[in-house]
Amino acid sequence: MIRLENIEKVYRTDTVETLAVNGISLDIARGEFLSIMGPSGCGKSTLLNIIGLLDSPSKGVVNIDDKDISGFSDQQLAGFRNHTLGFIFQSYHLINDLQVLDNVELPLLYRQASAKERRELAQEALGKVGLHNRMKHFPSQLSGGQRQRVAIARAIVGKPKIILADEPTGNLDSAMGNGIMDILIHLNKNDGTTIVMVTHDEQMAHKTHRLVRLFDGSQVL
Amino acid sequence: MYKHLFRLIWNKRKQNFLFLSEILVSFLVIFALSSFLVFYFMNFRKPLGFKYQHVWAVSYSEPLKTKNLDSIRTFYDLLNATLMSMPEIEAHSLSSGNFPYANSVSTSGFTVKGKNYSYIHNYTVEDSYLQTLDLKLLEGRWYRPEDAISKNRNVVINESLRKQIFGSAPALNQVMGDSKKENEKMKIIGVVKDVKANGDYWPSGSAIYYRMDSSSYTWVGTMLIKIRPGTGAAFENKLHKVLAQHMKNSNIEIKHMDEMRSSKNADTIVPMTIFVIIAAFLIINVALGLFGVLWYNINRRKGEIGLRRAMGATANSITRQLVAESSIMATISVLTGTFFAIQFPLLHVFDINPMVYVFALLITIAFIYLLVVLCSIYPGRQAASIHPAVALHED
Repeated sequence: MIRLENIEKVYRTDTVETLAVNGISLDIARGEFLSIMGPSGCGKSTLLNIIGLLDSPSKGVVNIDDKDISGFSDQQLAGFRNHTLGFIFQSYHLINDLQVLDNVELPLLYRQASAKERRELAQEALGKVGLHNRMKHFPSQLSGGQRQRVAIARAIVGKPKIILADEPTGNLDSAMGNGIMDILIHLNKNDGTTIVMVTHDEQMAHKTHRLVRLFDGSQVL
Repeated sequence: MYKHLFRLIWNKRKQNFLFLSEILVSFLVIFALSSFLVFYFMNFRKPLGFKYQHVWAVSYSEPLKTKNLDSIRTFYDLLNATLMSMPEIEAHSLSSGNFPYANSVSTSGFTVKGKNYSYIHNYTVEDSYLQTLDLKLLEGRWYRPEDAISKNRNVVINESLRKQIFGSAPALNQVMGDSKKENEKMKIIGVVKDVKANGDYWPSGSAIYYRMDSSSYTWVGTMLIKIRPGTGAAFENKLHKVLAQHMKNSNIEIKHMDEMRSSKNADTIVPMTIFVIIAAFLIINVALGLFGVLWYNINRRKGEIGLRRAMGATANSITRQLVAESSIMATISVLTGTFFAIQFPLLHVFDINPMVYVFALLITIAFIYLLVVLCSIYPGRQAASIHPAVALHED
């Protein structure tokens, strides 16, 4: 499903060159739930951004869903992100000025979908995360766990093949974190969604199929 | 997408209040300015209706001590003969003080079939006035000496008054005025083209030309003289001397009508230019303010922009969204401003052609949208150029 070949990411300033990701190759199978762990600054989020096409590698090949995305235009990348990828962030990244339902609808705004269809899909996604009774709330009226569930609903509303989760339980207490983890496992098992999750939490990582450890931008075997 | 943007704007209405107010104030200022400009331009495009070139306006005061009408008449007959003997003079006419470009206005009102017509300009002129100012006769005829003995008072009106009273119906030989006295009723014998007497930028207004009779000689103090083209400047001195000989105790002043026209036009252009400059400064300030507000808002929304990019928005769609957001907010202000603007024609605040407001409104709307799009396109592009990972990281 996801194949990374010898990925490197270098950040350059006038005086400093930082190698954030150093020659990582990774194969992630369809329906796999993979977790990436490592200390802060080891390149986990950079790697996730590269997989999510939010950032481009300095070197190497990214192949997702049997497509080499290296030659993709901005429009193709945007379309690919919209249809194939779903994102969950540690700090939720909800738009505070929009109600929960509008937040969840967001990915559908960038594809051909009628308002009615968007509404229905968003309601269905919120139902899956148990928030059908919070649709008219604003994010500021929700707890951290509820906000992350909204973010999950937003990630799954477009029925993506892959979900990329950047420390989804990082801002939550263990009970809420477990709740989020259960939803992700459920999505992986029942819908067959491939999930790549960056985490600091060893316990959460062990709930996934496979764990990849990074250190100083390189994969630790 | 527009519903989504409406919801976003509505939910942020408190933050957007400053932006909306700024646009509304700009709208009202630009509407006022463009109303003036359209009004002046529409008048400017209309023909002048007469020829001011080579016409001199001679003002004088009390040429004779006597009030005896026969003596006064003899005086004017003699003056007329003297002027006509001068080869440099093509035509001349006595006129009431409200001749074109004079700072004098004479208006009155009357009723026709019970309907009141007010602020009608009255010009009292001689038979030679038509030739002196080269007025254009559209219908009927100009005055003849026999008009002095007609049953009704024969009058010539201008085309504005003709339209105002009769619309498209015939005006010639119609009798105006509801007076029961026959000699106070006015019979229309001719219609002349409108004369822009107040400068190139003002309308002529409705007007009646009354024939000057000998009783008018007691108060008349203006003579319009048309000089033959090519007449040297020295003739002014000669004319002054001739007039001074005839009107020994009178103060005589000769003004050139082309200079009076320039002066009259300057009375409009100078304040308008000042208004345009002040408005331009205001608009520059508003543009910088809008640019700043949008720049600030967009910088505050980097996380949201990164999120939208992650969700599938292209860089162009981000720019489009930000420009659309500004345009929607501009639309709210434009609609509010339009509500106030249309009160002017609806309530007849000023007696001007409603098309002035229509054009001014269209110009204002186009200008506001142009201003908003120009001010939002650059911050929008800058925001869209931010890499989504960077935008998400900065939030």
